[in-house]
Amino acid sequence: MLPSDLPSRPLIAFANVGKVYPARDNSAEVVALDDINLQVPEGAIVGVIGRSGAGKSTLIRLINGLERPSHGQVLVNGTDIAALDEGRLREARRSIGMIFQHFNLLSSRTAFENIALPLEIAGCARPEITSRVEPLLAMVGLADKRDRYPAELSGGQKQRVGIARALATQPKVLLSDEATSALDPETTDQILSLLKTINAELKLTIVFITHEMSVVKKLADRVAVLESGRIVEQGTTYEIFANPRHATTRKFVGSVTGGNAPDWLLARLRSECRPGDSAVLHVAFVGAEADQPVLSRLSRSLAVDVNILHGQVETIAGHPFGSLFISVPSDPGILRSIIAELQASQNTAEHLGYVS
Amino acid sequence: MSPELLQLIAWSTVDTLVMVGLSGLFGTLVGLPLGIFLATSRSNELFPAPATNRILGLVVNATRSTPFIILVVAIVPLTRFIAGTSIGTRAAVVPLTIAAIPFIARVVEAAIREVDQGLVEAARAFGASPLQIVQKVLLPEAMPAVTLALTLTIVSLLGFSAMVGAVGGGGLGDLGIRYGYQRFMPEVMATVVLVLIVLVQGVQTLGEAIARRLDKRTRNS
Repeated sequence: MLPSDLPSRPLIAFANVGKVYPARDNSAEVVALDDINLQVPEGAIVGVIGRSGAGKSTLIRLINGLERPSHGQVLVNGTDIAALDEGRLREARRSIGMIFQHFNLLSSRTAFENIALPLEIAGCARPEITSRVEPLLAMVGLADKRDRYPAELSGGQKQRVGIARALATQPKVLLSDEATSALDPETTDQILSLLKTINAELKLTIVFITHEMSVVKKLADRVAVLESGRIVEQGTTYEIFANPRHATTRKFVGSVTGGNAPDWLLARLRSECRPGDSAVLHVAFVGAEADQPVLSRLSRSLAVDVNILHGQVETIAGHPFGSLFISVPSDPGILRSIIAELQASQNTAEHLGYVS
Repeated sequence: MSPELLQLIAWSTVDTLVMVGLSGLFGTLVGLPLGIFLATSRSNELFPAPATNRILGLVVNATRSTPFIILVVAIVPLTRFIAGTSIGTRAAVVPLTIAAIPFIARVVEAAIREVDQGLVEAARAFGASPLQIVQKVLLPEAMPAVTLALTLTIVSLLGFSAMVGAVGGGGLGDLGIRYGYQRFMPEVMATVVLVLIVLVQGVQTLGEAIARRLDKRTRNS
């Protein structure tokens, strides 16, 4: 069950966690989360991906006790969050920062004052607040926006203030609730690299939820895929991308790796073979094989023509990763040897059908 | 107009300002906390007390739906108990305050409910107590709306204050009725109306200016 790369004690651990919203006057009982088991190693960046309504928001809010589990345990640094009384819970929350999709900055406070808020809440004195907030402003690159109000800042700048605010109390964990979903792609990349830097420099553990696989690809060390309140698949980011098992995971992975066949190809694809047709294969290149000349070797060794229909090669979690749709001769014997040759290495080859 | 009449108008203006100022002040002292409570005490809110919330809501509605002139007469014993008399400007402050409290409570409640719940959640996530959330998030964020609400209250009180002449309350409204209407002196009536218009305009302009200064939600503030 436990992947081998986990250290002995995770910083955050979900054990058989369920969350049920009881039936109300006009709505039935809702099972938001069911049998969640998830471990977050110290210093890791863990992504939870799912469609809207999958239970992501509830899951991340269990970590800082904004939601309480109906059953099971959520341990943060060895403490059962659900067992804490309100006072202790508030105490515990000060070591867990959080950033939000819509930033949730106070419009009546400047950037400086927003970042100071958690420190004021914790009862810090003025000089201490100033000495903490100034370096944070510099770290997120907003030293010159110190006295600006949120309305005067761009979306990316607001999220930077949000990040600085979340780090003000020097937490061990940062929770990110769709932090880049309201930002444009370029700003998203900047915020993601800021989060990566923070993770590396402050040894901060980050748990984020998202509905975008591109965010997982750029940020996460490990991923859990959530569907209808259950974790259907989890592993390292590379494992999940290289070998997605569950249909939902494949959909998500395909959305960024080109693993989903393009529409024009799907429209022409047939399941039965007619004379003169070519066979269509989907090949995923992973690990060391990804930078090998696999197709030209195949072409030479079996003396077949390989036609690339659609494809993409990129880097995921530091490894090259390729996804190609190719057409090859449809003769059953040759087809079998092609697939065998491709699968001899770590690659996966899937026969999708035929095109004329 | 004779100097005596002008002086009468001047004193009546002072009377009106005192009545409205004091009832606005006392009304805010009670109405503001009441409004905050009404906005935060339903179940699943910061200070869950749904039963108390419902009862206070009923009392507030009952007071608000009583016509002011009936309220003035109905609470004469209370007025006498608090002010020591049921006649005069001092006495008039009591019913005006009683009328202002539920009004202020409802407008403050509305202003606070307008505050983005995401801000409350963020504050909770940073370990804020319910009291800190009110003090550091809800009130500062609702302040522009609360200011406008209090402006509205003062303007309404200026209107109400005209009716307290019925219990010898004095002030501009009383002057207008006694001299302008009963003694048929249209110039007094016109002057009274003019002064009231200037007062309302002044209060409104001042309130809006303060609210604009407090509101940082637009770029060109």
